[in-house]
Formats: sequence, C-alpha cells, structure tokens
Amino acid sequence: MGQVGRTRDQSETGGHAAMTGGLSVRDLSFHYGQKCALDAVSLDVAPGRFCALLGPNGAGKSTLVSLLTRLLVAPEGDIHIAGHDLRTAPRKALAALGVVFQQPTLDLNLTVRQNLGYFAALHGLPRGEVPGRIDAALGRLDMRARADEKARALNGGHRRRMELARALLHEPKVLLLDEPTVGLDAAARAAITAHVHDLAEQGLCVLWTTHLTDEVRDSDALLVLHRGQILHAGITGEIRGDAPLSDWFLAQTGAAA
Amino acid sequence: MSGFWGVTRAIVGREFLRFIHQRERFIAALVRPLVWLLIFAAGFRAALGLSIIPPYQTYITYETYIVPGLCAMVLLFNGMQSSLSLVYDREMGSMRLLLTSPFPRWWLLFCRLFGSTAISILQVYAFLAIAAAFGITLPTLGYIAVLPGLVLGGLMLGALGLVLSSFISQLENFAGVMNFVIFPMFFLSSALYPLWKMAESSPLLRDICALNPFTHVVELIRFLLYLQLNWHALAWVVLSTVALTLLAVWGYDPARGLMKRKG
Repeated sequence: MGQVGRTRDQSETGGHAAMTGGLSVRDLSFHYGQKCALDAVSLDVAPGRFCALLGPNGAGKSTLVSLLTRLLVAPEGDIHIAGHDLRTAPRKALAALGVVFQQPTLDLNLTVRQNLGYFAALHGLPRGEVPGRIDAALGRLDMRARADEKARALNGGHRRRMELARALLHEPKVLLLDEPTVGLDAAARAAITAHVHDLAEQGLCVLWTTHLTDEVRDSDALLVLHRGQILHAGITGEIRGDAPLSDWFLAQTGAAA
Repeated sequence: MSGFWGVTRAIVGREFLRFIHQRERFIAALVRPLVWLLIFAAGFRAALGLSIIPPYQTYITYETYIVPGLCAMVLLFNGMQSSLSLVYDREMGSMRLLLTSPFPRWWLLFCRLFGSTAISILQVYAFLAIAAAFGITLPTLGYIAVLPGLVLGGLMLGALGLVLSSFISQLENFAGVMNFVIFPMFFLSSALYPLWKMAESSPLLRDICALNPFTHVVELIRFLLYLQLNWHALAWVVLSTVALTLLAVWGYDPARGLMKRKG
C-alpha cells in the first residue's frame, strides 16, 4: 500500500498534464470478465517527456494501450489527451494522439507513400497539404528515397520507421508506442529508441511501453506496471538507485509476485 | 465535411487496391457462379419444370431462372469474404489503425461497407457479361435497373458480414460461418428454385425461405432485371439492411469491447 501512496505523490509532481497538453490518466480500471486487468491506474506524462512504461508480459500494458487508443472504453476512470477528454471529446483527443502499434499495420502491397496517404485521409488532413507532409515526415526519418517502394520491400527496421513517420503525420501532441522494437535487430532498435528520445526533447509527450530495460535512459520518466497496478513512478535514475535497471526491475516484479 | 469525403475515398480506394492485388479472389468469385450456371443449371434444367411466374412472361430456361440468384450469391460470398478480411485485419492490426481515426466509428464502418459493396457489384457485372457471352441475356435496360437492387443487397449482406466479424474472435472460427450462414442462406432461398416448388415438398421449408432476407435480395434483383419493382422484397431488404447495420455499429461499440481478448 505504501508504494501505491508513493505513486500518487510522484504522479502529482508530474504537473497537471491534463491542462498543459500531455497525457493524463486518472483511476483507470478495466476487467475482462472476472479478471482484473487494470486496477485504478493513474499516470501523467508532461509535454517534452519520454516516459517508459515498463512491465512484464501480462502486466496490463496492452489493455492500457487499447484504452488509450479507444479500442476499448473503460467503465471507470478518465483519460485526457492534450487536455481533451477521451470519453466526452473522442475526436479531438484521438486527433492529438499518434500511435505506433505493436502489430504491424502496413498494407504491404501499397507503396510507402500510399500507406501514409491512406492514414492522412483517415485523419482528415487537408488534401493539398498531404504530399508535403509526407515528404517532411519521411525526410525526418531518412526514408524519403524509399517513398515509392512497396512496404513489402522494406526490412523490419524500415517498416517500423515508416510507421513512426506515419504516426507523426498529423503532428500529434502525444505519441504512444506499444513495444515498438519487438522483432528488430540491435541497430534498428537503438536507432528508433534514439530518434523517439529526440522527439521528446523537441517537446512531444511520449509514452513508450516495453519490457526491455536497455531502452530506458536514466533521465526518462519511468512507470512500472505490474499486475494491473503502477508499482513505481518517477525518474529512472532516482528510482533504480545504484542497481542496474534490469536487476532492479527483476527484483521488483519478481519480489512483488 | 471534406474530411468525411476524404475518408470515404481513402477507404473505398484501399478496398479497390486490395482487390486489384488479389486477382485470384476475383477469378474465384467469377468461377463460382459460372460453375453453377453452366454446369449445375445445364444438368438440372431437365429435372425442374418451371411454370410462368412473375416477373417472367413466357416460359424460361432454368439457366435464365437462376441468374438473379447467382448475382445475389456473388454479393453473399463477397460480403462474407469482406468480413473474413475484417477478422484478419483485426489480427494484423490494420483494423486498429482504422478505428483510431478521429472520425466517428459508424462512419468508418459504413465506408468500409460501401467499399466492399462496390467491389461486389463490379463482380456481378463481370458475371452478367460472361453469362451474356454464353447466350443467357436479359432485357437491356434491366442491366441498369438492377444497379440500385445490387447496391442495397450488397449493403445488406456486407452488414451481415460486419455483424459476424464483430462476434467472431478468431480467424479459425470462420469455417463455421460457411456451414452455418452461407449454405443455409443460399439453399433456403428462391435462388435455385421458386418458392412454390419448395412448398410442394415442405410448407415449413417454404415459410423459412420466405422469411430469409436473402430470398428477398434474390427477388428484388430478379424483378429489377425485368424492369419491375417487387415492393414486398424491397421493404424486407431495406428493413434487414437497417437492422443489420445497427447491429454492426453496436457490435463495434468500444464500450462493448470488440478488442476484449488478450494479445
């Protein structure tokens, strides 16, 4: 219980993200039938923050992502994205959210540009602006030369980069990445992790779910999710103390079992 | 408003691109009714005597009789195929992409429905063209008059597919749809035999056929092909379309939990 109390205190020092354009979750609970997947989860991520949501498999990360993207709606709790309530103003909230899903979501038979164009239309971007935005988004990720290739021709790392470019196309305020490095090799993993850290430094609010501790930097905000509850919240370097993050994480989620 | 139109264009456009990339699907969709028309009907014409029933004004061959039913069959298989691809989309994640669009979910689903219907209709016309090449022709204006019927029938069967896809959690369960939806719907209808023929063997089966919305899609198409409007069938099809569409929107309601499964 002490740890839960501490979570509250810590999350409130994160500032009123609901007001300032970040991501804010209050008392979110969700059940699959009898099974409790999330139990009164609260969290705040301020703009300009890279927040890692660390949790072992089955901790409730996927459920949280489904709720944040409104694939599911929880009976209890509130979610604010860039100040918009996902329950009462879902269109504004979703328009401010960029998502990279864990599952691949590219149409492999279409070109990179067609994939991005499809997404732009789904988000109602003005048609005249779309080609320019696509070029800019691909340029940021050094993917411009691949724009007219079919998605099928890209390797795993490039596909992910393209999904990231796509998630930024509508200039979201909040970026949500659900285990985005699954299946990537070490170099691609490092590159995409570094790039998203840069995005956070440029002012984006980033929530990055993972179970891999080496993707988290000491200066990142850290949330540890275990069995549907937030065990810890704070700055990674301060929380882990002197222990390596991987050992600390294992001890926490192992000991709490 | 332009955003809504843009979404429609994008979703329908994607359906077309997918269709173009799956040539086998197009060929399969054509071969199926042609096998029925050119082989089954040829063998069956001697066995089944048809009297003159509306909308026909003369004796007709059995091949001519089953053309409308086979048009509806194309719509039926396509509606189910599209719901199969929805289940697949959901497993692959592209459904997530679609549903996290800020546009209202009912609109996104309607666009998807409209896109798959447009492709069904393309296939129906391809089928009618081949049938005509084999000498099974219909009144020239009937080819145009049937279009609204095909749209409505396509929407109805597509909506049925949407409903099914929202209740099927896994791809593997889809084989059951074939057995429990497609075949009963097709055989318990006026697609292959007129209802009075069915009544000779079993009044109960005839009544079931008369309640089957698919029968009314077939009849709507049949009458329109001969430039007549079957109001009774039209009412049934409109009613079924509305009911199934509402059910589909309910099935995809996020609070109900379409994604309620682990993984």
